Amino acid sequence: MAYSEKVIDHYSNPKNVGTLDKASKSVGTGLVGAPECGDVMRLQIQVDDATGVITDAKFKTFGCGSAIASSSLATEWLKGKTVDQAMAIDNMDLVEELNLPPVKIHCSVLAEDAIKAAINDYRVKNGLEELMFEEKGVH
Amino acid sequence: MKFPIYLDNNSTTPMDPRVLETMIPYFTEHFGNAASRNHPFGWEAEEAVDYAREQVAKLIGADPKEIIFTSGATEGDNLGIKGVYEMYASKGNHIITATTEHKAVLDTCKHIEKSGGEVTYLEVKEDGLIDLAELEAAIKPTTILVSIMYANNEIGVIQPVKEIAAIAKKHGVLFFTDAVQAVGKIPVNVIEDGIDVMAFTAHKMYGPKGIGALYVRRKNPRVKVTAQMDGGGHERGMRSGTLNVPGIVGFGKACELARLEMEDDAIRLSKLRDKLENALMQIEETYVNGNRAHRLPHVANISFKHVEGEGLLMGFNKNIALSSGSACTSASLEPSYVLKALGLGDDLAHSSLRFGLGRFTTEEQIDYTIEQISNTVHKLRDMSPLWEMYKEGVDLSKIEWAHH
Repeated sequence: MAYSEKVIDHYSNPKNVGTLDKASKSVGTGLVGAPECGDVMRLQIQVDDATGVITDAKFKTFGCGSAIASSSLATEWLKGKTVDQAMAIDNMDLVEELNLPPVKIHCSVLAEDAIKAAINDYRVKNGLEELMFEEKGVH
Repeated sequence: MKFPIYLDNNSTTPMDPRVLETMIPYFTEHFGNAASRNHPFGWEAEEAVDYAREQVAKLIGADPKEIIFTSGATEGDNLGIKGVYEMYASKGNHIITATTEHKAVLDTCKHIEKSGGEVTYLEVKEDGLIDLAELEAAIKPTTILVSIMYANNEIGVIQPVKEIAAIAKKHGVLFFTDAVQAVGKIPVNVIEDGIDVMAFTAHKMYGPKGIGALYVRRKNPRVKVTAQMDGGGHERGMRSGTLNVPGIVGFGKACELARLEMEDDAIRLSKLRDKLENALMQIEETYVNGNRAHRLPHVANISFKHVEGEGLLMGFNKNIALSSGSACTSASLEPSYVLKALGLGDDLAHSSLRFGLGRFTTEEQIDYTIEQISNTVHKLRDMSPLWEMYKEGVDLSKIEWAHH
């Protein structure tokens, strides 16, 4: 199976690989997936408490090229968005941007789950209630 | 160095140019049907097939009459197993095989189960070898066949074929072996090994695709298999269909070359394989899968913990052709069933690479491969959350992962 150029680019030059201080109140961390399934994503957001804007985003991913590309692209998209805007990121946007084939759609779902998990972690840390998200049935 | 480098010789091998050379005249000038008994075109073809049949038989210590040409090993596995099952139906309906067999064997056995047969699937030990005591204990009065592969396609582990054959013989049970990965790579002798029926194929030993053979013993005991295709009664009635003369000629040549060169090839390739393996084992948290002593000389299967196999391949697959036990490309998300049968966790199975060296592999290629894989493993570990947690001393097995 050939990879799209965008997947190859994110794989070769991943954006925002790294770690934020998960103990910080302004950092939300989402860890999704499982080693047994062949992919684990950790996505972190740094939120400006005053404006609600995501000022930084980092990821680390264990997975195939499409999983790495999905999380790399997600961090790019997150930066500069408000938390509310970030919640609107849909896995199908990632699929379209990266030209992911059907067997790789689960990678984008995982990235969307990671965004939502990071947002919830941030909310809980800051005394807000956890949001319930609709399950995507594509795993 | 020419790219891409081919290290996936367990999937298929390039054809040796010397093989191609012998085949060419049989596409054009000598195009006859080997079954045409009444003119020179047929005679030429038949003569070429007879000669090739001798070359093939000689490689495995068989009589030429014991060689049944097939389209390849999938057909050979089907014909060998179903053919025995049907031919010996009056004696019993029980077959013993192992969980690490090739799909052509496992799915054939499943087919037999659906049609009323009984199959025992032996588990393997963590080094990939079957337990001989378990094999013997599984034999019962209705057992007619033991089907255990000679060497495994994913991990290269060589089963104790002689001992298996002796157990089968002791209980009056036939022994079939899928020897696709072994024939032409290591010495295989059907008499010394005690094999009754054996499938193998040309394209894994530098011959053409689309041609293989089934060895069917004619003496002590005389074995017969029921044909799986109806037709002109070629190949002693066991496999109908006009013979693939150019393919057979190429297969014969490939067998002759293997007989003459495999010992040198094996010595050279085991050195290169060991160099590759030892260098890669220098990387932290790296594991060799399968028994290292009882293994094909040109095969290595290695897991790089906390790095996913397909992601790893992507780092260099423009330049190096390899396989992974990760099933990330399949919709099932199930990693290699062979590695899982060794008791490997799914995480390690997802992290594996299979190396299959071959006659045309060079040291320069191995050096390049070592460098590329080491670089990519380090790069991917730097972006692996599992590696970070491992380095922080987190016990990954204690984390409640959200299985999806």
